[in-house]
Amino acid sequence: MSLALPWPVAWQLIRGGFRRHSAYRAAALAGALTNTVFGAIKASITLGALASAGGRLAGYDAKSAMTYVWLTQALIAPVSLFVWNEVSDRVRSGDIAVDLSRPVNVQLSYLCADLGRAAFEFLPRGLPPLLVGWASTGVHIPARPLVWAAGAAGLVLGVLVSFACRFLMNVTAFWLMEIRGVQTLYLVASNIFCGLLIPVHWFPGWLRTVANATPFPSILQTPVDLISGRYSGAAAAHALLTQSLWLLAMLTAGQVALARGSRVLVVQGG
Amino acid sequence: MAETDSGARAAPPAQRLAAHRVWVTLLTSRLRAQMTYRTSFAVDLLGNLGIALLEFTELWVIFANVKALGGLSFAQTAVVFAFANIAFSLADLVVGHVDTLPRYIRAGTLDAFLLRPASVLGQLITSDVSPKRITRTLGAVAVLVVAVAHLDIEWTPVRVWALITVPVFGTAIFAALFVTAAALQFWLVDGAEVTNAFTYGGAYVASYPASLYQRVVRTFFTFVAPATFTAYLPALVIFGLPGPVGLPAWLGLLTPVMAAVAWAGAVGLWRLGIRHYTGAGS
Repeated sequence: MSLALPWPVAWQLIRGGFRRHSAYRAAALAGALTNTVFGAIKASITLGALASAGGRLAGYDAKSAMTYVWLTQALIAPVSLFVWNEVSDRVRSGDIAVDLSRPVNVQLSYLCADLGRAAFEFLPRGLPPLLVGWASTGVHIPARPLVWAAGAAGLVLGVLVSFACRFLMNVTAFWLMEIRGVQTLYLVASNIFCGLLIPVHWFPGWLRTVANATPFPSILQTPVDLISGRYSGAAAAHALLTQSLWLLAMLTAGQVALARGSRVLVVQGG
Repeated sequence: MAETDSGARAAPPAQRLAAHRVWVTLLTSRLRAQMTYRTSFAVDLLGNLGIALLEFTELWVIFANVKALGGLSFAQTAVVFAFANIAFSLADLVVGHVDTLPRYIRAGTLDAFLLRPASVLGQLITSDVSPKRITRTLGAVAVLVVAVAHLDIEWTPVRVWALITVPVFGTAIFAALFVTAAALQFWLVDGAEVTNAFTYGGAYVASYPASLYQRVVRTFFTFVAPATFTAYLPALVIFGLPGPVGLPAWLGLLTPVMAAVAWAGAVGLWRLGIRHYTGAGS
């Protein structure tokens, strides 16, 4: 098993990931439509809660709450909060042996392909919900280049942290073989703690502490906070640093788990 | 290919009994297959309990911040939530996996289903019934029991009737939505995800007071994809509350009627879909 991934290979893998997903344009359109419908439902519930709270809730007014709703719907595909079992399927089928015998780093190869996927999905899956949101309830993104730069960096880190977590979860297949249950548990935890359903800022104090002890807010809540300008200056730098540390921790854990797992791997049939 | 669909039904009684046995055999073999990975099944049960918990956490966090939502109290909203989750999780348990149809269409393996002398829809439904989802139902039942205990409801016969029929026909409505979604896959194939908007989206809509939604969303999820019939409308009957504009509470008594309409539509669309299917050329 190799630890290296040369740049030209990485670039080819990113391009490959992009091209692979761009083949499914109808799927991207369908996904965008679905995310938009969910956005409309979420907007209604959020506005209802705001109205009951007297117009303001944990620092959110109608404008910033709607920005949060539509940004999360737009980013849900790039940061991939869905089931992903590409690696675990290959462990079960034994195809992972082929990956392990290649002279490139397995984890980083999949990471590059995932970056390509996210790059493709960003526009066709992200733009429609944003446009509908902008036309229906309004979406407010500050016109400050620094906010955009921090937002872009936060989004890329969000995509990477999401990948690192999903990879680690997939690697459990080396021991479990069938990981549907682990997938479900992962989806449950990530969906609530990443701030997809309701902003982490609405959580009662203790639950917010629990959420912040996981990498999940770094996947969605932090990018959304950065893009919408909720954080600036030192707070933005702190958010980006937190994301980077989670990325490092999750990538390392994935790498170690993969190394251990490939030692227990038995491919049958040969 | 429509003949294969009705073939089992037209058979003489002796064969019909055999056909019945075929379904039992199919179902038990699938269930046995799922139990093979015991650890995973246990984690699956836990995961589905987690889904119930997750969905409820969302509601709970909202009510940690507010006193009422869409004109309903926490306990009342919890009843709506529980109805929707019981109905959806049961439907998901029995037919939720029919949305895997595009995989069979793309791989060309649907042809094997068509060759067997049994209903294609029946084969698809028995292909992956998911008992692991029962913990999600149980979670929702627990929420319902606690919520009802907190409410001072005078149990008139009509209200008891609503309480009993809702899980049954609510489940039927969500099951019909799943089958409708599967039927649409014959045309959509790669665009399959769009049907999530009214299956999973329907479950999302149903879990909250429909008074929150804009009129167009409300109307769609009441008369086209009748999700509000599974929870909010019958709950209004039980609470004795009037509905919002355009959504009178008495509609809540029509859940069984709506379930029948939804199933008629779903089966009709499924038959059209089977006829439309032309194979992958394999």
